[in-house]
Amino acid sequence: MSDPAIPGVSATAVAEEQPQPGPRRMVLNMGPQHPSTHGVLRLLLELDGETIMKCQPDIGYLHTGIEKEFEQKHYQQAVTLTDRVDYLAPLSNNLGWCLAVEKLLALEIPPQAQWMRVMLTELTRIQSHLVWLGTHAIDIGAMSVFLYCFREREDILRIFEMFSGQRMMTSYFRIGGLALEPPRGWHPRVKKFIDGFPSKVDEYESLLTNNRIWTGRTKGVGFISVEDMLDLGVTGPMLRAAGLKIDARKDEPYTSYEKFDFEVPTKTENDVFARYQIRVEEMRQSARIVKQAIEGMPPGAWKADAPHVVLPDREKMKTQMEALIYHFKIVTEGFRVPAGEVFQVIESPRGELGYYVVSDGTAHPYRVHMRTPSFGNLQCTPTLITGSLIADVIASIGSEDFVLGDTDR
Amino acid sequence: MLPENLRQHAIATAVEAFDADAIVTGTFERGELTLEIAPGKIVSICGFLKYDQKFVRLSTVTAVDRYPSEPRFEVVYHLHAIEQKQRVRLKCRVYGADPAIESVTSVWRGANWYEREVFDLFGIQFLNHPDLRRIMMPDDWEGHPLRKDYPVTGTRI
Repeated sequence: MSDPAIPGVSATAVAEEQPQPGPRRMVLNMGPQHPSTHGVLRLLLELDGETIMKCQPDIGYLHTGIEKEFEQKHYQQAVTLTDRVDYLAPLSNNLGWCLAVEKLLALEIPPQAQWMRVMLTELTRIQSHLVWLGTHAIDIGAMSVFLYCFREREDILRIFEMFSGQRMMTSYFRIGGLALEPPRGWHPRVKKFIDGFPSKVDEYESLLTNNRIWTGRTKGVGFISVEDMLDLGVTGPMLRAAGLKIDARKDEPYTSYEKFDFEVPTKTENDVFARYQIRVEEMRQSARIVKQAIEGMPPGAWKADAPHVVLPDREKMKTQMEALIYHFKIVTEGFRVPAGEVFQVIESPRGELGYYVVSDGTAHPYRVHMRTPSFGNLQCTPTLITGSLIADVIASIGSEDFVLGDTDR
Repeated sequence: MLPENLRQHAIATAVEAFDADAIVTGTFERGELTLEIAPGKIVSICGFLKYDQKFVRLSTVTAVDRYPSEPRFEVVYHLHAIEQKQRVRLKCRVYGADPAIESVTSVWRGANWYEREVFDLFGIQFLNHPDLRRIMMPDDWEGHPLRKDYPVTGTRI
């Protein structure tokens, strides 16, 4: 049994390591500091050889109690919290929150503000998909795509900075409209970017779509049935890659999305490659929407005419007594929102984002619950990867496109 | 009892025809239908809505703490019918002492994490849940942070 030629290995030590009869399973801990989990996701994988027999996701490492924090803020202050939920799509979250509160207030938003909102949320969608594409490609081994994607993302972040003064935590949508007047020169800046963007998408596709390593790692990987996805609460591009045409922008239009002409792309392959194609096509469609928004931007006010809710112009505040009083009231004690509850759904880059807001008639929300797409999408992970090889785990979970801040809140 | 003003809503009348005792009350405000369901009937109503009324998706499960009034908790379910493009909100009132309600994981597997979250942050037990553990807070955490009597700030030492 023992080989006396190997020094330092005693016969008894080797004998103890003899395999035990019965199934041999290894439990592998992945995360929470694994670079490919895009945050702090921890997966407990039970392996038989290289096949995953069982998976248990462990979340909550990024739980910051945002829903509790909402209850302490005025409605207007809470906008800043929504940025930090899904930090890759801050404006989508701003929009969901503002629409929910505006629904409670029965506030009418002027067309220009609505179109600005559409334009900026679609830029957010492009930006978020770019981060996804770049990081997902890096996970699978295509290094250079990341640099190309972040080049365009940087342009979008500069546009956000131009509008709001912030690159990521913009808080640019406020209840009743926008936070600031659209800056001078935004039109040529956005137009220049969006005119050049479709050719950039071609560039990403030329790097990936026919790349043999990319197709080998993504085609036929990460299958999960539509029934399972619906049952487990998956939404967004994953469902569309499985052939289900579901998109809140079309199904339950908000912010005048019904006035824009765009397609909801679907695929039926239902693998990682199809999800990649869906997201790429969504970037093109978003670019179309942005273009329409620029060309047809209606003139007029960028915030609602509701002095008890919307902060007055700085000029009026300095010259009119009433404006000063409103400003003081809104800033110090907030505005009251009629009692009731609403569930406002929007289509975030990741899927269905729902804000459930309960008001008791005071200036603070009584309860806010965020139905975040990442939470629902992540729940399908065990079904998605059980039975697949460990090498495909990264490709599969990457295709869900979750953000852990969005999951844990 | 279904309020008179909800008789024009097909879903509300369908639920009433299925089990009239299950509906406690209901409202239709801001274009959103809310049905309050007797807590003991939630699983059968959810099953009926999923399989007969095509509410294939459970969008979310959450809770609202109405402390100090009783029944203290409202467990809120948002359902979504994709084809009909409809949504409905179900609500169950649960008393504050030993709050518990039947789990709907037998109808939608996806309720699993949502109910774990409500259990974790509100302390509401879900009976017959396959894996009722804390999900956000550490396993040894004391208290349930989203309850209204849970402090927001720490105590000064």
